[in-house]
Amino acid sequence: MNWIEIFRSGISTGTVLLIAAIGEILTERSGIQNLGVEGMMLVGAMAGFKVAFQTGNVWLGLLAAIAAGGLLSLAHALVVIHFQADQTVSGLSLTFLGTGLALVLGDGLTGQTAPVIPSATIPLLSQIPYLGPVAFANHNLLVYLGYLLMPLTWYYINKTRPGLHLRAVGENPAAADTLGVNIYRTRYLYTFIGGCFAGLAGAAISVAIAPGWYSNLTVNGQGWIAVALVIFAHWNPWRAALGGYLFGVLRRFTLDLQGPRLLFGLANPFFFNTNLVFFLQMAPYLLTIIALIWGSSAARRKRIGSPAALGVPYQRGERGL
Amino acid sequence: MKIPYPVFLKRHEDPPKWLPAVTSIGAVILAFIISGIVLAATGANPFTVYSYFFKASFGSWGAFSDVIVKATPLLLIGLGCALAFKMRLWNIGAEGQFFIGAFMASAVVMVPLVNLDTTPRWAIISLMMLLGMVGGALYGFIPGFLKAKLNINEVIITLMLNYIAVLWNNYWIFGKWSEAGFQMTKTFPRSAWLPRLADYAAEVPAFAGMTAHFGILFGLIAAVIIYQILYRSKWGYKITLIGDNPKAARYAGINIARNTILVFMVSGALAGLAGMTEVSGVVHRLQERISTSYGFSGVIVAWLAKLNPFAVIVVSVLFGALLVASREIQPSGISFLIQGITLFLVISSDVLLKYEIKWVRPAQETAQ
Repeated sequence: MNWIEIFRSGISTGTVLLIAAIGEILTERSGIQNLGVEGMMLVGAMAGFKVAFQTGNVWLGLLAAIAAGGLLSLAHALVVIHFQADQTVSGLSLTFLGTGLALVLGDGLTGQTAPVIPSATIPLLSQIPYLGPVAFANHNLLVYLGYLLMPLTWYYINKTRPGLHLRAVGENPAAADTLGVNIYRTRYLYTFIGGCFAGLAGAAISVAIAPGWYSNLTVNGQGWIAVALVIFAHWNPWRAALGGYLFGVLRRFTLDLQGPRLLFGLANPFFFNTNLVFFLQMAPYLLTIIALIWGSSAARRKRIGSPAALGVPYQRGERGL
Repeated sequence: MKIPYPVFLKRHEDPPKWLPAVTSIGAVILAFIISGIVLAATGANPFTVYSYFFKASFGSWGAFSDVIVKATPLLLIGLGCALAFKMRLWNIGAEGQFFIGAFMASAVVMVPLVNLDTTPRWAIISLMMLLGMVGGALYGFIPGFLKAKLNINEVIITLMLNYIAVLWNNYWIFGKWSEAGFQMTKTFPRSAWLPRLADYAAEVPAFAGMTAHFGILFGLIAAVIIYQILYRSKWGYKITLIGDNPKAARYAGINIARNTILVFMVSGALAGLAGMTEVSGVVHRLQERISTSYGFSGVIVAWLAKLNPFAVIVVSVLFGALLVASREIQPSGISFLIQGITLFLVISSDVLLKYEIKWVRPAQETAQ
């Protein structure tokens, strides 16, 4: 087994989860839970691929994906912020809506090829033994964007004034309101930003990491995994990144398990009985469940909770938390 | 810069009785209009599509029988969802519970657990029903337990379990139970088939070719039972109380954890039964595509019916029609789109049930 390749492609697939999870962290930090990540990613993947295919310009595709994810998220924002609908149900319907939209508008795209995000090797850094070829060689540009996102979001949330407002809105909206922070506007904004990230994550699949449009199999549950990752990460961008990459690596590892005849010197059961592969395919979903159990018990031990106002509608003048 | 907020919501003291039904119907109509606009944008003629929709589902008794076939799993799953949602438990795992139910029911024939030649038909079918429900209930136990004991988000767990259940089924139909390398089991013997209308064609000639099966009766009975539970029993009162006000329920000494697990298991059992009716009543074998996202449509059915078991019957027939019609229609995502928009509009319209909406001018707002 080629470990360098496993880690390299793990980082690349993990980038999708990372981008989507960071977007969802920003949204949830403002007190809005958006379970529609899967739908927004599908719409983003479709829009990115479709525009790249039709215009021949992958950057336009990327912009379209971001816009599409963001626009779709506004539906959720409107329904939960102004209409005070249940956020779980609204997120679910956003996934249905996104899936339907992507399937209808993406009709006929399957099997087409479109330009993809270019890859690059970082000079010097790629020379570092092991780390270089894994993290800095021949990755598409979105992977490097992912590296930048981790510290930037962390800094933004924890060290800047708008970040402070964001946390205040998610933890204690009534108090933030008295201090002059516009709760509704803040929540709209971060729901929209989360949607933009999800759209970008979708395009990261369809025009960069696994190019192409394969109807709803393009995203295949990764949006849900990203939502789970946010909980696992305790709403912290660093942990989300770590989790995302770990997921990517394990996913690639289980794929590669099917290859060799011998595994650690023993006959490889997955090679000789191809039906066992279905169990390998369960791995990401099982891992998500395990990560959630682990993350929630760790959070319980360390007394880290979700943002206090997560999922609670805010109405001016009513008693807050 | 200020985002205007020109609506003022006033809590409904006593919403009129007809309002929920009107908002649901309005949501469906509006969903069809919006989907029509999307269809027109993609170059299709919405009127042709919709008239085709109607003909394909209600055009003849044969077509209507097909609608009933599709409505059967939706009804069972929708009832399970309605029960869980009443407690604000988001069981999105009906799809997985459906697959495990189908798997367990198939095991009766494929293992086989009983002698298929000598055991009477009613006994085989009862055993399949029982195992289907047990399978679904056990699969519902997992998220219920995790929610009750560790407070883990049940939406994500149930979704992950959906993927796992499909792969689990694939393992059996691609491998051990595969028939001659095809991705399906052998056809079940007649003694494991739920009776269909067509079986009675000798007595009632009009039934010839009709595929509607006994499963719909299970659904109707289940609707009555769930109604009795929710609106006429102490347990139903507890469920509603936990859903509406968990704090009050806790003070009242209701065991929330136990009820969470129990409701999840009953909800799962209904989805498992739906899986059983599908393999025993429709396809007569276990195969890959036994569900066209029934689990997800069931969520929407329950919500559109405002969690009322009898309304679930009506809505599942409507959605059955949608599924029948969308089988041959292109692009294939259109039924998903209509379902998604419908659910969105329904939850948006809930605001009309809770509040009276009054428009105010900014000047008035400051005056308040």
